[in-house]
Amino acid sequence: MAGQTIGLMGRKVGMTQVFDDKGLSVPVTVVKLGANVVTATRTKEKNGYTAVQVGGFETHENRLNKPAAGAFKKNNLPFLKPLKEFRVSDAAGYNVGDKLPVADILKEGMKIDVRGTSIGKGFQGTIKKFNHGRGPMSHGSKFHRSMGSIGAGTTPGRVFRGLSMPGQMGNITVTVRKLTVVKVDADKSILLVKGAVPGAEGGLLEITASQTKWN
Amino acid sequence: MNQIIQEIEAPLIKDNVPQMNIGDTVKVFVKIVEGNKERTQGYEGVIIKRRGSGVGETITVRRVFQGIGIERVFLIHSPRVEKITVQRRGHVRRAKLYYLRKRTGKATRIKEKVTGKKDVAAAPAAEKAPAAKAEKAAPAAEKAAETAEA
Repeated sequence: MAGQTIGLMGRKVGMTQVFDDKGLSVPVTVVKLGANVVTATRTKEKNGYTAVQVGGFETHENRLNKPAAGAFKKNNLPFLKPLKEFRVSDAAGYNVGDKLPVADILKEGMKIDVRGTSIGKGFQGTIKKFNHGRGPMSHGSKFHRSMGSIGAGTTPGRVFRGLSMPGQMGNITVTVRKLTVVKVDADKSILLVKGAVPGAEGGLLEITASQTKWN
Repeated sequence: MNQIIQEIEAPLIKDNVPQMNIGDTVKVFVKIVEGNKERTQGYEGVIIKRRGSGVGETITVRRVFQGIGIERVFLIHSPRVEKITVQRRGHVRRAKLYYLRKRTGKATRIKEKVTGKKDVAAAPAAEKAPAAKAEKAAPAAEKAAETAEA
């Protein structure tokens, strides 16, 4: 959901609560924003699309492979990781080496989309994964937590697509849309978002402005 | 707790919260908005539960009103909670006083905590809280004692 807006990268710190002007508590997720330095731009003429490549967090040279480290050295940039592209309608305003202006991108009260990798739950059955029911655990029952029937017989003669079955749960990219920005501290690069965001603490987050009429 | 979160919570945490324990009888002064007027209402009862840490710490205060038990949960660092005063120290042997829910009348009584000489027990119950706090801050102790007498 990168859309046509520039985004920022950050890491989830954890949750707490703050108080609004009425004195009511607001549950917030604390996000520590990264360096967010422009590392490259993509143009219509050269690449066929317009985008800005952003480096998330400063890292050490030995954490990068030689081609990646070489690219940073060539442009006199700090070593950054990871690199992500954000599609924009016009990449002309972004110069390589610029820090993205946090205060201009995020404003208090605006709606943002937050994207992250959800906490992995491993290979799970349908009870945990899809909230299916289970059979009796005792009184002679042999039907405990297994799936049961996955469809009829000769007609239709196949299993319908999209049937909920056991498998990997979590550890997928999840976007939570239209979260409210409670507070932005550009100096300390800290962002408070109302509500929960995907992933574990320390997980990488991509933050973009929501495509809504409220922004 | 994470240091960044601590920094965010630090300005929100009140420093005038009295020392209170499970079983204490407290009076909580809550700001109530009626229309566009704001007034303070007191609510007195026994702390039966205390949970959470940091800015999210809450107490559950139980009282029996017109034969019906009422339990209210207060976020102690909330700006809506104006003040909490300790009326009576209770001696209990549980961290959660859920057993009070099953009891009525005399059985709900809680023994008063007998405190040693060091604790400023001589001061009236309502002023115990600021006095106890003054003990920690030694230079301010004399001042607080003066105000307690006055």
